[in-house]
Amino acid sequence: MSVVWTDTVKEIAGIKLHVSRGGSGPTVLVLHHDIGTVDRLPFYDALATKFDVVIPHHPGWGKSERPQWMRSPRDIAAIYAWLLADLDVSNVSLVGLGFGGWIAAEMASQAPRAFAKLMLVGAMGIKPAEGEYIADQAIVSYIAYPKSGFHDEAAFTAIYGDVTTDQLEAWDIAREMVFRTAWKPYMYSQTLPHLLGGVRAPALVVWGDDDKIVPISAGQAYARALPGASMTTVPECGHFAEMEKPDAVAKLAIDFLSRT
Amino acid sequence: MHMMYFTEQPMSAYDAKAGLDFGATALTFSNSYFDPNEGSRLYNEYLEEYIMAEDYGADGIMLNEHHNAPFCMQARTNMFASILAAVTKRVKIVILGNPLPLTENPVQLAEELAMIDMISKGRLVSGFVRGGGQEQLANGVNPAFNRERFMEAHDLVQKTWTQPGPFRWEGTHYQQRVVNPWAIPMQKPYPRVWIPGVLSKETVVWTAQQRYPYIALNTSIEATKQIHETYDKAAAEVGYTAGPENFGYLIRVHVQDTEEKALENARQFMWMQGEFTGLANPVWANPAGYFSPSGRRAFVEFSTGRAKNPRGNPTFEQQVADTMIIAGTPDQVIERLKYLVRETRPGIMGIWANDGNVSKEDRRRCIQLLCGEVMPAIKEYGATLGLNDPWEANAPVHLRYSTDIAGQKVAAE
Repeated sequence: MSVVWTDTVKEIAGIKLHVSRGGSGPTVLVLHHDIGTVDRLPFYDALATKFDVVIPHHPGWGKSERPQWMRSPRDIAAIYAWLLADLDVSNVSLVGLGFGGWIAAEMASQAPRAFAKLMLVGAMGIKPAEGEYIADQAIVSYIAYPKSGFHDEAAFTAIYGDVTTDQLEAWDIAREMVFRTAWKPYMYSQTLPHLLGGVRAPALVVWGDDDKIVPISAGQAYARALPGASMTTVPECGHFAEMEKPDAVAKLAIDFLSRT
Repeated sequence: MHMMYFTEQPMSAYDAKAGLDFGATALTFSNSYFDPNEGSRLYNEYLEEYIMAEDYGADGIMLNEHHNAPFCMQARTNMFASILAAVTKRVKIVILGNPLPLTENPVQLAEELAMIDMISKGRLVSGFVRGGGQEQLANGVNPAFNRERFMEAHDLVQKTWTQPGPFRWEGTHYQQRVVNPWAIPMQKPYPRVWIPGVLSKETVVWTAQQRYPYIALNTSIEATKQIHETYDKAAAEVGYTAGPENFGYLIRVHVQDTEEKALENARQFMWMQGEFTGLANPVWANPAGYFSPSGRRAFVEFSTGRAKNPRGNPTFEQQVADTMIIAGTPDQVIERLKYLVRETRPGIMGIWANDGNVSKEDRRRCIQLLCGEVMPAIKEYGATLGLNDPWEANAPVHLRYSTDIAGQKVAAE
């Protein structure tokens, strides 16, 4: 069954936000990685067989306009809270991928009772264990960084092929947005871990067992900070887990989000 | 014409093979290869050579700074400027420049520069730069806000120098409760500000709008003429006509008693494998957000090896043929410089004279010939072409102090 996706533009916080939506069922907000997202992915289609899936391009990424004033993932979280209000949906579940996981965690921390479920996949946002750090894209090339987020390079190639110049340009823009919102400290918040204890939504923390971008200790820190969270790893899988192992991650997501 | 002596202060005493083996000689090339005993020797030799440049007749000493790389061992330009303020008597101390975005506290920078101006008894020229991409990474400064920080820091320094304190500053990147440093510049309205650059059109336009001289850093003659056109147009839009006093030019020159020796030493200008700031990943030089968005597409293609370096990678011979590098006896150098001066008409000229591994003896002979013979001849020639420097032209320090613009409010603070 093929999924019908609809792209719309929402005016929020003074900018035009690009939003894709497909499927039906309870609403799930999917928040993409620091490198942006390609328009359609098998993982998105799989979710849309069970849920009403909303996938915005982060403000400043992809087709969404850049808010010049934006300074942190917490700002992005507030923009998405506004988006959900405009869409008039409630009891939404959040699926945050990498950098999007940080945004999802911020959203949950600020509205502890607002969300049905919280699923974090290789989420940034928390400082890993002493001596470990989140891989810094500032000093590596445009192709090397995304490649490092896959366990098997073939999975990277299957999605990005030879990498078009348009894609390189999109990655440069995405990288600039990462700098504008998460430059220092790089890719984590010093306050977020203290704010997760109030979250009421059941949480699932998922990590690729070969995530070379965000150390798994950051996932363990999330699992400790979120009440009642469970954690699981995906074998032979890198940071971009939903792209590398779409079936496995979709199954985890559907099982978790459907559970009552 | 104002003629200054410049060197990158190369940390030439490092193991070049180690750099080649590592694949980079910048940013992440380990400082375990930095020998502080050699560093001590070189700092002191370079200092002696600046004093020699004054003794032999240079008008100015041009200083700069870079970080995490052997090609320049001056990590804080205000350090050498401070020393020179005390140990020289006559030369202008020309900082080209302080990388404004790197500072978290522009008021402190204004304070330091005011101290240098007073200690030197009013000989400071305070240039400002954005700083290269690697400087942002080496200092942990966000490249995406580089230009915004440059402009805001400039405005804060300017206000600190010209408006009596205390005042409060509530900007986008800087906030200050009490701006009231007890050190203000001796030169009024404030020390001359010159802006060096290589290729950013936005910087040329901004510089013209301030009426600051723009110093083209060893750009090709053709590119230099384009810079002048861009500057002239922006100057006309704000109501003045740019002249030679608005332009400077930095050129690599090495002089010796024989052409053979001069050419041999001049090859050292290529010592960083021909790369200006050393071998590096292109994304270090241009981290995302640092570059003009108009150059984004060309840059991602170049940085991934899909297009050639827009700056090219010309050989030493090609650069000599194109007058990007000049080497020879004083007479030979004077002839080439006259050609260059005719073509580019600068009121300010920087001579980048020694780089890489040139022996102490040869560096000093070069300074002697350059400052003693070449500079006077070029100054004399420049005078016949009407190439006045900002002092000779009595140029305003900033647009707001212009007296030749109708309706321009002369700020007499």
